[in-house]
Amino acid sequence: MENFASLLHGFEVALTAHHIALMFAGVLLGILVGVLPGLGAPNGVSLMLPLTFAMDPVSAIILLTSLYWGALFGGSTTSILFNIPGEPSSVATTFDGHPMAKQGRATEALSFAFLSAGIGAMAGVILITLLSGWVARFALKFSSPEYFAVYFMTFASFVGLGGASPLKTIVSMAMGFAFASIGMDSVSGNVRLTYEFDVLLAGVSFLIAVIGLFGLGELLQTMEEGLRFDGVKAKVRPRDVLATALKLPRYWLALLRSSIIGIWMGITPGGPTAASFMSYAMAKRSSRNPEKFGKGEPEGVISPETADHAAGSAAMLPMLALGIPGSATAAVMMGGLMIWGLNPGPMLFVERPDFVWGLIASMYLGNVVAVIVVLATVPLFASILRIPFSIIGPVIVVVCFIGAYTVGNKQFDIWLALAFGIVGYLFKKLDYPIAPLVLAMVIGDKAEDAFRQSMIFSQGSLSIFWSNPLVASLMAIGLALLLFPLIGSTRRGIRKLVTARAAKA
Amino acid sequence: MKHFCIAAGAALASVIAAVVPAAAWQPTKSVEFVVTSGPGGGTDNFARIVQSIIAKHKLIEQPVVVLNKGGGSGAEGYIYGKGAKGDAHKVVFGTNNAYLLPYVAKLGYKLSDLTPVSALALDEFLIWVKGDAPFSDAKAYIEAAKAKPGSFKMAGSQSKDTDQTLTAMIQEATGAKWIYVPFQGGGAAATQLAGGHVDSNTNNPNENIGQWKAGQVKPLCVFSPVRLAKSDPIHDGKGWGDIPTCKEAGLPLEAFQMPRTVWLPAEVPADAVAYYADVMEKVSKTPEWAEFIARTAQTARFMKGKELTEFVAKDEAANAKVFKNEGWVVN
Repeated sequence: MENFASLLHGFEVALTAHHIALMFAGVLLGILVGVLPGLGAPNGVSLMLPLTFAMDPVSAIILLTSLYWGALFGGSTTSILFNIPGEPSSVATTFDGHPMAKQGRATEALSFAFLSAGIGAMAGVILITLLSGWVARFALKFSSPEYFAVYFMTFASFVGLGGASPLKTIVSMAMGFAFASIGMDSVSGNVRLTYEFDVLLAGVSFLIAVIGLFGLGELLQTMEEGLRFDGVKAKVRPRDVLATALKLPRYWLALLRSSIIGIWMGITPGGPTAASFMSYAMAKRSSRNPEKFGKGEPEGVISPETADHAAGSAAMLPMLALGIPGSATAAVMMGGLMIWGLNPGPMLFVERPDFVWGLIASMYLGNVVAVIVVLATVPLFASILRIPFSIIGPVIVVVCFIGAYTVGNKQFDIWLALAFGIVGYLFKKLDYPIAPLVLAMVIGDKAEDAFRQSMIFSQGSLSIFWSNPLVASLMAIGLALLLFPLIGSTRRGIRKLVTARAAKA
Repeated sequence: MKHFCIAAGAALASVIAAVVPAAAWQPTKSVEFVVTSGPGGGTDNFARIVQSIIAKHKLIEQPVVVLNKGGGSGAEGYIYGKGAKGDAHKVVFGTNNAYLLPYVAKLGYKLSDLTPVSALALDEFLIWVKGDAPFSDAKAYIEAAKAKPGSFKMAGSQSKDTDQTLTAMIQEATGAKWIYVPFQGGGAAATQLAGGHVDSNTNNPNENIGQWKAGQVKPLCVFSPVRLAKSDPIHDGKGWGDIPTCKEAGLPLEAFQMPRTVWLPAEVPADAVAYYADVMEKVSKTPEWAEFIARTAQTARFMKGKELTEFVAKDEAANAKVFKNEGWVVN
């Protein structure tokens, strides 16, 4: 109840005309940076940071978090329309979102994505409101072995997913791990796989790979298929947004499951990216018709979006309460907090309750504002697909290359994006899945660091992964996720064999 | 009209500047602040505070843009500086890693690819243990670590960087032995200690202040020649000034501090170096800077010219000795 009183006080702080105006401005700017690939939320927030120096901390954080929400929504927009995820966490949205857009259901896909994202974010914020004290203490229990176990769970849920052949999945994942290990290794302090090329020192940015693999790769394929998007024929009517909203309650189970996965991954610091992948995998597994996934199944849009935003908002809590930034954007915001004279950490809740609860209240309001703004823009964005491909195609290429350059202000990255584009095209032709590669690039180096730190902790003994109930249960879930599909398919195999023999006899 | 006024003002200023020989060089386009850490890192905060002070007091007529190039522990930023040879519109912000990185990793730059401009502060290092640890002073903790060699864990940020160097120095000086666990940054090292997963860390004040306020961690001693500046009480009635120096606490170790440094590319005009050194000196005298220094419990120390090069030479030698002993030197 104490939290509830604090929250009401927070609404008092956040609900001023000035703050609401900041939210609108932040969300609109956020959508803009989110829509341009490469210029993601971290860049947007750091570009805005100097402007906030003169503001009071509450207004400043409201502007920056609104920009963050806007960027997340913008990222989903490009995932669906052009198969270019603006943010790592919206990669999983492309799997079904883009096929939907190609079938002329862009309005439906966008509306589903935004609405479920709003619901996920709300679930995350409600959790923060109710459990702030407990969650902060819980997150302190996490050390390297627990981190590794969480990442392991994510990988396991993906390998066992099926779809493509497991061998191809593993090849793709292994390539992702290799790319992730380029550059400075923080555990040994050595430079790896750079072959003394200075440009490789900072590693290969995940965003470059995504721009190439998804954006350019998709374009190459579209060109081959005759230079057109099928979405062109689709009619865009504003009332389709409403119709989609009315369909949403049908997916209550997916929404609930994804919210829980998202919240869980947000507070155990797995992060939004891991959450969205895992949620997608779980949705496909528990679905009655998994073969529809990847071909434009609404649940394949709803699940990752809900989990992504639930994790994104739940992850604000470890940032405030512990001072660990859960994402690159959170890291920039933390830098901002310090410049405004605040120290993120356990005492922030005690010392500056007006700031913390003002922020939490602004997360409720900001998400509502964001959902309204983006839903209003759905018809606008969906009509982009009606522009002839011969015009929009080159524009996408230009935007992709600008995006690739913006990531690190390096010309080399443009060539790299092009190379990834060809790889993406070949992967599609040869039927290799791209998602495992991307997943391994995003969380592969973190998983590796966590594993090697664990090995330093235990002086080389693997038993550390069973050393306490928390890590042991996480590992057990991971192993179960990895092995169950195998057991299932072996059983099916045996049954087939048995029936074949019976038929013979 | 407004633009014209500014342009006219700038023109007037440059006329005046031309008369006063001290500021013969002026930036003619926007200035890039190259940050050798990722967003949110210590160097990032340093550069952005300097940027905000310059903007507030209008110390540079041209706009200032901050650019993060933190790859390879910061080497990316220095290599960028090397590539900008002769371009005095690119200012590189860093720490002592500018001259220490080339020792421990094969990188595409040398110290001679950079021109030292100034240092603005020294960041401090402390030994921190968990808030409820049974050790009341550094001596007791070191003795406990000595009694059970190889069972105490020290968390730090990155590998072969300041934290691990300091750990090696403490081991050398006391004969105790830790398992050093490298994390991504000081923030992670702080929460790992607060959660009791490691026994100690050597974080900068700013990296652990949140946990100290909450009583989750406590400082034992500071590796500074004199005690830190007095501050308001942070936890249990104690402030930064109440922490004993490690020498007082009986650790036979010289001071260990990390300079916050500013560099230009090689072969820039001497006037440009003087110009930026002058700007940085003005920054270091503002109340906003004093406030930043106090809040992050660093030690304010402005250095330029000969004083800076002497400091760099001494610091480089002290660190290089540890690198050689530990077998980290690659070339």
